[in-house]
Amino acid sequence: MDLSFIIIQSLSGLASASSLFIIASGLTIVFGVTRIVNFAHGSLYMLGAYLAVTIVPLLLDVDRSLPMFLLGVLISALIVGVFGALMEIILLRRIYHVPELFQLLATFGVVLIVQDLVIKIWGAVEIPGPRAPSLRHGVFIMDQRFPAYELFLIAAGIVVLAVLWLLMQKTRFGVLIRAATQDREMVAALGVNQAWLFTGTLFLGAFLAGLGGALQIPRVAINTQMDISIITEVFVVTVIGGMGSVPGAFIAALIIGQLQAFGILIFPKITLVLVFLLMAVVLVVKPWGLFGKSDAAAGRAILPEGILSLKRFGTVDNIVAGLAIAVLLALPVFGDNYMVKVGIEVLVLALAAFSLHFLIGVGGIVSFGHAAYFGLGAYAAGLLVTKGGLSMEPSILLAPIIAGAFAALFGYFVVRLSGIYLAMLTLAFAQIVYAVCFQWVEFTGGDNGVVGVWPSSWASSRQVYFCVVLAFTLSAIIALRHAIYAPFGYALRAARDSATRADAIGIDVRRIRWFAFTLSGAAAGLAGGLYSFSKGSIDPTMISIPMSVDFLVMVLLGGIQTVIGPLVGAAAFHSIKDFFMPLTDFWRMFLGASIILMVLVFPRGISGAAASLTDRFKPAPKPAVAPS
Amino acid sequence: MTLLKVTGLNKRFGGVVAAKDVAFALEAGDMLAIIGPNGAGKSTTFNMVGGQLRPDSGQVLLAGQPISGLAPREVWRRGIGRTFQIAQTFVSMSVAENVQMALISWHDQIMSVGARAETRYRPEALDLLDLVGMRADADRPVRELAYGDVKRVELAIALASAPKLLLMDEPTAGMAPKERAQLMDITATIARQRKIGVLFTEHDMDAVFAHADRILVLVRGEIIADGKPDEVRSNARVKQVYLGDMGVAAAMRARRGRV
Repeated sequence: MDLSFIIIQSLSGLASASSLFIIASGLTIVFGVTRIVNFAHGSLYMLGAYLAVTIVPLLLDVDRSLPMFLLGVLISALIVGVFGALMEIILLRRIYHVPELFQLLATFGVVLIVQDLVIKIWGAVEIPGPRAPSLRHGVFIMDQRFPAYELFLIAAGIVVLAVLWLLMQKTRFGVLIRAATQDREMVAALGVNQAWLFTGTLFLGAFLAGLGGALQIPRVAINTQMDISIITEVFVVTVIGGMGSVPGAFIAALIIGQLQAFGILIFPKITLVLVFLLMAVVLVVKPWGLFGKSDAAAGRAILPEGILSLKRFGTVDNIVAGLAIAVLLALPVFGDNYMVKVGIEVLVLALAAFSLHFLIGVGGIVSFGHAAYFGLGAYAAGLLVTKGGLSMEPSILLAPIIAGAFAALFGYFVVRLSGIYLAMLTLAFAQIVYAVCFQWVEFTGGDNGVVGVWPSSWASSRQVYFCVVLAFTLSAIIALRHAIYAPFGYALRAARDSATRADAIGIDVRRIRWFAFTLSGAAAGLAGGLYSFSKGSIDPTMISIPMSVDFLVMVLLGGIQTVIGPLVGAAAFHSIKDFFMPLTDFWRMFLGASIILMVLVFPRGISGAAASLTDRFKPAPKPAVAPS
Repeated sequence: MTLLKVTGLNKRFGGVVAAKDVAFALEAGDMLAIIGPNGAGKSTTFNMVGGQLRPDSGQVLLAGQPISGLAPREVWRRGIGRTFQIAQTFVSMSVAENVQMALISWHDQIMSVGARAETRYRPEALDLLDLVGMRADADRPVRELAYGDVKRVELAIALASAPKLLLMDEPTAGMAPKERAQLMDITATIARQRKIGVLFTEHDMDAVFAHADRILVLVRGEIIADGKPDEVRSNARVKQVYLGDMGVAAAMRARRGRV
């Protein structure tokens, strides 16, 4: 490797760092002020790119010049900025005070809606963008050719940094952004018009995302997967830099850019893994990123989002549970093949959702990457059968062990964090697993996955396999449920309610969370293993972000405050999906809108709504003080 | 043997000296108050004893055993129960379950997945609640209680491990005057009966002078006075830098109330 090569490589690293910074700065500013991690930031980036490939060619038709190109880029970014402001007014404004999990999900709802909108407007095919006039040539640096546009991008990043610095230091708006990032309550107490500050911030953040997207059009073909692929990278940059810190995002983008530029030479296939590993290491050393500050959660303990009171089953509950089990047992006898298939899927998803709820509802550990353990179980079972030559029985038993082992490994890092950083790290680990399964084509079959994951001959009929699934899922769910009521579950809940108090009565908070994470991962892995045999195949969608989100939606739909909520949620969600998905081309839009609606209207889910309904029909409690 | 012996504790946060050569001792059954203006280093000293902070130098001996640098849960295991300035309880649990949780932990059953938690150590928990006058509320969710009652539950939790020493950081902060006196009375009674040493910080001079056997005055990380309430009250330096006229008046009032 000679010097000129190293320079060229690090220059191209700088160019991607520059793009990353422009996008990440928007996300980090929005988070600093609103405390919302905007999943839709990647969608804003994608919108910027799509708008630019539409607008820029029109302007270039008028005059093929660089200023026209830049004008088109700016217009696109401004439109995205307005879109962001509208998003604040319509949605975000209503969710500032809901728990982080709900905020993440609601903004993910926007991701789904934008995806379908983009497909509807621009179609699903890739669109190559126009090149930038006067920047199409290469520049020779130490006898190596380097694209002029990449140099331009490096400059653009520096210009954005400078403009942001001026904005933050010299304008009232910038001072308010910095003030709100430090102490939102104080800014509100000083009589600042919060509404405009927040709308303005979203405009700025969305503008930066749109700008980042629009600037990409000469480099990459525009496609509908841009949103998710960029958002994970941008999450990593903002988390490493410290959420809310613009300089942090800049430094982190520089590091990531170089890591990618040189990592690709050494480990061409796993640069993404390198990036996430870096994030894991940074978070373990500095749990709030390089420049981030801890959220000082002072004041009286707030009520956690999750299971609040454990009720024992009453007579009614026992009857309902007994009926449900009776229906399940009757299904293979009386149900048709299709019903049995749906039954298997519901059972598997119910176990996965229940295991996630064990983390969120009991432990307060908001995992945004639970599909990783579901997928690991599925891949473990699938690969053991197809490549390992094992039969179904040992494979199903090994699936939870392997998934649990990975959960133990990842969980070791995860339980060191809290809040949004924890959610981001679980997401990162899930993306590592996804990337490995996606890219390691020889072993995992890549995008296509592996087919031929069939049960043993005695269980090959759907009806028999249903009974296998029922036995496994039911016992796992009952075991997990029992753990919630046992000291282990209580200690986990104690650590969630007050880590300080738990520590002061001898509970090793990290250890108990780590055990819970491992246990939950193993249970999800069992679900995944069972799922792979019912599908007959494995593929990366089982590990993808949408899968993780599906699990979260099941938990929320069922009701996060009740123990059996996720079971109801899994059944309801899967039935709705199974019914509606074939009927509409806009399933994602429908799902996205439903998620947003659920967060806004039914935050306590079906079980919560049912509980408040029964409360309404109970006789009103007698007033404590008799009227005189 | 001296229950708690602290020698040469130092702690700096950047340029700020939060504790400088802090040294004191506490006998079983005694109540020692740490007072001082805001930022004097009371909580720092406190957290170094409780394990929440690691001292830069110095030693903390509990019944002759060094405990500085241990994690809070290990400090607890060795016999230090603690309450917090802002009450820390398990808000999703009932009053009894809060205490049961501490008992379960004390008996090393945290990792158990056997019998249900709510059936374990209930009689013991009810006895402890009786001690602090909260038995009647045993099955109420702790989040429904008035703040003063939450503080009492916290005391019951702290007593669950039969501690040798109680650490109470501002035990009466945020409480109504009447509740304050009650809580301090309960604490003093339990401490004397069970020979538990109590180390507490407090802003309420009435509570301090009425209940402390000894008082430690901390200013800017340094101990400027250490003695019986009467000695501290008449200490010219303490009057000058901390108590002022109002504080002395409160101290006099407290003494009259005690006699």
